[in-house]
Amino acid sequence: MSVYSIFFYLIAALMILSTALAVTRKNMVHAVLFLVISFLASALLFFLLGAPLLGILEVVIYAGAIMVLFLFVVMMIRIRATEGSGFLLWHYLGAGGLSALYVAACLLLVRHSGPGTGAPMPAAVAAPADFGLYLFERHWLGIEIVSLLLLVALIGVLHLGLSPAGQRSGKGGPY
Amino acid sequence: MWFWLLGYLVLMAKITAVLTAVMVLAAYLVLVERKLLGRFQVRYGPNRAGIYGILQPVADGIKLLLKEDLMPEGADRAIFLAAPAVVAITALMMFAVVPFGPRLTIGGREIPMVITDINVGLLYVFALSSLGVYGVALGGWASNSKYALLGGIRGAAQMISYELALGLSIVPVVMLAGSFSLVDIVNAQAGLPFILVQPLAFGVFLISAMAETKRIPFDLPEAETELGAGYHTEYSGMRFGLFFLGEYVHMQVMGALVAVFFLGGWRGPVLPPPVWLLVKIVLVVLFMIWVRATLPRLRYDQLMNLGWKVLIPLALVNILITGAFMAA
Amino acid sequence: MIRAGIDIIASIAAGFYTTGRHLFVRPFTESYPEYKRPLPARSRARIILTRDPEGRERCVACYLCSGVCPVNCISMQAAEDSRGRRYAAWFRINFGRCIYCGLCEQACPTSAIQLTPDFEHIRRDLLDMVFEKQDLLVDHCGKDPDYDFYQHAGVVTGLAGKGDHISENAPVNTRTNMP
Repeated sequence: MSVYSIFFYLIAALMILSTALAVTRKNMVHAVLFLVISFLASALLFFLLGAPLLGILEVVIYAGAIMVLFLFVVMMIRIRATEGSGFLLWHYLGAGGLSALYVAACLLLVRHSGPGTGAPMPAAVAAPADFGLYLFERHWLGIEIVSLLLLVALIGVLHLGLSPAGQRSGKGGPY
Repeated sequence: MWFWLLGYLVLMAKITAVLTAVMVLAAYLVLVERKLLGRFQVRYGPNRAGIYGILQPVADGIKLLLKEDLMPEGADRAIFLAAPAVVAITALMMFAVVPFGPRLTIGGREIPMVITDINVGLLYVFALSSLGVYGVALGGWASNSKYALLGGIRGAAQMISYELALGLSIVPVVMLAGSFSLVDIVNAQAGLPFILVQPLAFGVFLISAMAETKRIPFDLPEAETELGAGYHTEYSGMRFGLFFLGEYVHMQVMGALVAVFFLGGWRGPVLPPPVWLLVKIVLVVLFMIWVRATLPRLRYDQLMNLGWKVLIPLALVNILITGAFMAA
Repeated sequence: MIRAGIDIIASIAAGFYTTGRHLFVRPFTESYPEYKRPLPARSRARIILTRDPEGRERCVACYLCSGVCPVNCISMQAAEDSRGRRYAAWFRINFGRCIYCGLCEQACPTSAIQLTPDFEHIRRDLLDMVFEKQDLLVDHCGKDPDYDFYQHAGVVTGLAGKGDHISENAPVNTRTNMP
């Protein structure tokens, strides 16, 4: 077992643990924080597997922006921790069943795919420039579609946010 | 094995040197800021501890260390304790990618004068900068205090908004240098520094950097006239000291980034490269202090308007113009 | 639009110019222990008990200062000597309480109790802030060098008889006043 695989398993364990904690916490802020740790761990995994750009983007976008927004909302509305779990038995059963199915599928995939099971992966590093070139040369259409979608979403949110003149409720400010 | 150990030792030596320099500089920046603010307001700053007050940082440090570490009732213990460390650590870690000199050759072996030259260095800085928001937001939230919560929320909103302008303003630099690595960006300025090529990006970056460091005129998260001390209202002793340290280290980081992105990093005549970097950092920080002495605090809507309606469009237009020039 | 922009930039630049120029201005600060600004004689700090020009105690223990003191920090005990002059058997000011308002000085008919510009009287121990008569009494007339209460008082003490005091009329026979 090389140093890299030791790191891999450590980080993976951290990731699974923090995700599990994130799902089970009653306190919303704690849940968000564990999710952040989970994102950081997955970023580390990306680094380890030779995709630093993806790893950093994961931190910048997910841990640094989206989760801050989550935290922001949770801080603003101040949700009280509810008593009891709030889940019914069939919720647990359904979730457990789905997870078991997913784990089984993953195990099967790992076991039966790839040339020479158990062989170490070749070390590869995707430089940011190579990654960008690959993305924009091979998948430019997809990127354009996604960016268009985002633009549409942005305009839609702006439209929803701006209440039409005359219908402005007394409470809302000018923003 | 020996080679590996040697590399490890060199790395540790570099980290020690950089951290020591940054910490000492942070302590003395506090003094410099207080002295200069005093002079800007036509008074002497602190001048009692040692001649010209040069022992003031030591006195401040002892005071902070000896103070009682208070925690408000109803505070979220773990988060309250960890939040200052998040601020200080993220600020300190940003220095890992700042190059402070050209490659040094000792005994036939090249030693890069940077702690680590990762090929996504610039994004690494932004990632840490965006993680620093957590320290502010959580410190405010965990204090279980109105002022602190308001400060934390303001801090989170402000830092998210200005991170966009900060990131977009730097895109033309990346386009010109063709790399995210800070070492490559410095190398790309061998001819002339980017401030001459990209004055608009420089302005947007500098303003956003001041907003990111939460300094006057962007100090809404800790507006003492409105919020007590904002997100660190409830902190005392060395935990407050960590917030304080984080702010001054952040100032240095922003100074270093301005130096690296626009002023040519360690490049300069006569003086050795690290000294040039230091001079440039201190110049940027002095400018920040001058701004603090001059401008009043922005109102919250002015802050958001400046960020979203002025700086981000300017940065976007700048990207377009740069792209057009590069394609032409 | 452009004009407004120029105005904004000009006003910001003016601010920077002002603060920048201050760097080269000598600070107005007076460094306190090295330089002590001479205070006006009437500034209010440590309280003293003065003597009249003949060197006798001015205080007649009338309790007016004690009565007017808003924080009740002055206390005393009146006594009378063989010539009929009143004096304070003991006189005590608790400077731990004193707010240096100067009302006692205003109330004093004999100009005995006076405030001085000496503000540097700080003690480590709170009990040291309680000043007794011997701590308060000084050997000069303070701000009012010529005033001698018994010259004006109208009380017969051996200094002067009835009607002989300064700005005092001769005694009136009340019976001749009757209508």
